Amino acid sequence: MPMSATEIEAAIRTALPDAEISIEDLAGDGDHYRATVVSSSFKGMPRVRQHQLVYDALGGRMGGTLHALALTTKTPA
Amino acid sequence: MTDPIHATIQDQITKDDVVLYMKGTPVFPMCGFSAGTVQILGQLDVKFQAYNVLDDQNLREGIKTFSNWPTIPQLYVKGEFIGGFDIVREMAENGELQETLKEKGVAAA
Repeated sequence: MPMSATEIEAAIRTALPDAEISIEDLAGDGDHYRATVVSSSFKGMPRVRQHQLVYDALGGRMGGTLHALALTTKTPA
Repeated sequence: MTDPIHATIQDQITKDDVVLYMKGTPVFPMCGFSAGTVQILGQLDVKFQAYNVLDDQNLREGIKTFSNWPTIPQLYVKGEFIGGFDIVREMAENGELQETLKEKGVAAA
């Protein structure tokens, strides 16, 4: 079962309550998404750690249920 | 490090300066993200050693637990995990990847 954009957003929101999250369904198939996550929690972290935080939030579904999530993480300007 | 595949991976990323774990081969990538990463490395003229995780189920699962990273491709420079396609692309666009390669003394091919 693919994940909906709403589910992805909710999962990320739970882990990073302050995050500004935007999610695009790239192919319209509920399987290929692009997400941009802006959170102050990322401050001072290398990018790999930032992405790991988001993957952790998705609780192991990344790479499994969720096939493709192009991810961009940022700290608030 | 209890999983023997982790020792193998550690050897592989130590032996070569730039190592890419990917789906398929550089000539025949089997996934868009792997293809994109190969293309970026090609544009930067970086010589790299590729391992096809589709050939080895053990490696395919092992690399994910090794780096605590759920997806493939994965790029390593001088033994350090750099990231997957999104990060590699972003770093190549803003020049960070070129900087990292230079800092680590990795010569262009």
